[in-house]
Amino acid sequence: MLICDGVELRQGDFVLRADLQFSAGGVTALIGPSGAGKSTLLSGLAGFLVPHAGRILWDGQDLRSVAPGRRPMSVLFQDNNLFPHLTIGQNVGLALRPDLRLTPDQGRSVACVLDRVGLDGFADRIPAALSGGQQSRAALARVLLGDRPIVLLDEPFAALGPGLKEEMLDLVRDLLVGDGVTLIMVTHDPADAKRIADDVVLVAGGVAEPPVQTDVLFANPTAALVHYLGAGMG
Amino acid sequence: MARSTFPITPRWPGTVAAVLVLILTIGTLGAVAYRAEWGSGLSAADWAAIRFTVSQALVSAVISVVLAIPVARALARRQFPGRQMLITLLGAPFLLPVIVAVLGLLAVFGREGVLNRLLEGLGLSPISIFGFHGVVLAHVFFNLPLAIRLILQGWLSIPAERFRLVATLDASVARLLEWPMLRAVVPSAFLVIFLICLTSFAVALTLGGGPRATTVELAIYQALRFDFDLGRAALLACIQFAICVIAAVLAWRVAAVDAMGAGLDRVVQRWDLSRPWLDFAMILAGALFLLVPLGMVVLRGLPGLTQMPETIWYAALRSVFVAGGSAVLCVTMAVALALRGGVFVAVIGVLPLAASGLVVGTGAFLIVFSFIRPSDVALVVTMLVNATLALPFALRAIAPAVERVAADYGRLGRSLGMAGWGWIRLIVLPRIRRPLGFAAGLAAALSMGDLGVITLFAGQAEETLPLAMYRLMGAYRMEAAAGAALVLLAMSLLLFWICDRGGRVDADL
Repeated sequence: MLICDGVELRQGDFVLRADLQFSAGGVTALIGPSGAGKSTLLSGLAGFLVPHAGRILWDGQDLRSVAPGRRPMSVLFQDNNLFPHLTIGQNVGLALRPDLRLTPDQGRSVACVLDRVGLDGFADRIPAALSGGQQSRAALARVLLGDRPIVLLDEPFAALGPGLKEEMLDLVRDLLVGDGVTLIMVTHDPADAKRIADDVVLVAGGVAEPPVQTDVLFANPTAALVHYLGAGMG
Repeated sequence: MARSTFPITPRWPGTVAAVLVLILTIGTLGAVAYRAEWGSGLSAADWAAIRFTVSQALVSAVISVVLAIPVARALARRQFPGRQMLITLLGAPFLLPVIVAVLGLLAVFGREGVLNRLLEGLGLSPISIFGFHGVVLAHVFFNLPLAIRLILQGWLSIPAERFRLVATLDASVARLLEWPMLRAVVPSAFLVIFLICLTSFAVALTLGGGPRATTVELAIYQALRFDFDLGRAALLACIQFAICVIAAVLAWRVAAVDAMGAGLDRVVQRWDLSRPWLDFAMILAGALFLLVPLGMVVLRGLPGLTQMPETIWYAALRSVFVAGGSAVLCVTMAVALALRGGVFVAVIGVLPLAASGLVVGTGAFLIVFSFIRPSDVALVVTMLVNATLALPFALRAIAPAVERVAADYGRLGRSLGMAGWGWIRLIVLPRIRRPLGFAAGLAAALSMGDLGVITLFAGQAEETLPLAMYRLMGAYRMEAAAGAALVLLAMSLLLFWICDRGGRVDADL
């Protein structure tokens, strides 16, 4: 169970308050207008921002003094998820050894996970030689191999175009969800939330609201959600 | 970008580098101030040295900038084959060993030079290159290209749309665009060149001298080397430092200029151009002034190669050793400082600009000479001082690249648990290869051609190539010196090329 207990995150003048808990093993979408603090919340969870007040707890443990790389979570950012000068195999292998001194066994695991995301035989290529969708798959392979209980997605597929984005979200659902992984994803597209999220957290006006079940929320939208979605919301 | 409490690299290497720079700049200055004999005050000769130092730098800077304006203007608005190459060549004097350039200038303007032969043929009296105007000539030779590049950059930074706007208004380009630009660019270019001319010891050593053409740095050298008057050397070093600091603060306040500027290859479409022959005459004159002396180095050097004593090759070997060590040390310090980041590091990075090699050398001499024979540490001290003096340029190339890596990939690296040496080895170094190679090449070439600190420390057995060449010139063995100059020129350019190339190969990822 991941809990934000009276968390207050500050970035310059901007303040975001979050007092909520994410259901373990579920998919939670963070939606809200841009600049409302979705990515700020994710930065706080990932450990790039230390809370000004409050605690972030995972299974009862306060994560305050835990460095980003030692937290129980993998992150996919909006861009720059692969190091362009390293091969796909090396990029994925970083999940097992940050210094890349892989054992033969670990090397086989890398090949295996590349196979699972459909990138068999791509281990020795560099990212620039891959299409956008293939690069996303490679980044996803690293998340899979890292095998951490929480996965944070900061709109990593936003640049892919609608068809490919849906394909990647389905792949995420197939590979990660239901495996006990707690998935938290930022999106500004309500369709994404409807597609794979169990719960939705609305982030608006400097506050992250507690999660509401996706179908319940969209059936009975709150005032803040209506404002965000606009009058055309059906 | 938010600051994190979890740094990805340790801070101590940057701190070590900062302390080293502080010792070599402020520390040596402390030694100098401690030893200086203030009681005796300044003699008439000291005042003359101060006057000469400042006046030659002023005149050199004025001439460089004034001549640079029409050439830069011509280069900014004319397109011709070889233009890009000429602009690249304008960057070369920065890498050119001073003593090599002096030899080239002697071949053209010296007693037996091309120009005097010409004058003789016309029945006119010969000119002398030594003294005030010789020092100024050499400084203009070195700094005219720099001034052209700085001012050209100003011209090319005027947006093309402005020229279009002025053309539609049928207004004056000069008054509306060029004059405001020059008012912003010229003062900073002037001050940078003024600062360089205050601290160019090798030019004064070779072309100056005597009571009427001695710079403060040259007086330091003479006090230390010939009179062994440490108190006076230290006092003069304090004066030199004060002059440099005043000039550096002025230069800093006026503007930061980027001498390495890229993007000088575009030509803006213009509607106000007439008299192309005038522009091309300017460009031709500038190119000849720069290329003829260099051509003479090659021309005279080739036959000289057979005349060189064998010791030249040992000196060359020592120089390569010093240059290599200096380059490695310089880029290591630059990377360490860049990774640490912050205002403190930025200050450390510009500190050496205000330091003169001779002042640092004098301080180092005063510190070591009571423990060991200075000549025993000549090469190591030269290496250290060269690395420190090249640091501002290296940092300028490397720091932005390191910052970009942190901005683009810092969070990804930290989320993967990458840190310390693994992060540097796998991510930072591969991603900053180009500026790293460029900076290493720059540091190596600058050190290879340096004729400063080494003159204070070296005996016969510690000669570097520039020093050996200077001694050959002093002994009037001009053919052998010309050969050595060619070797020195080739090695400086080769070292730069190897390092710079090493950073570029396969770097387009």
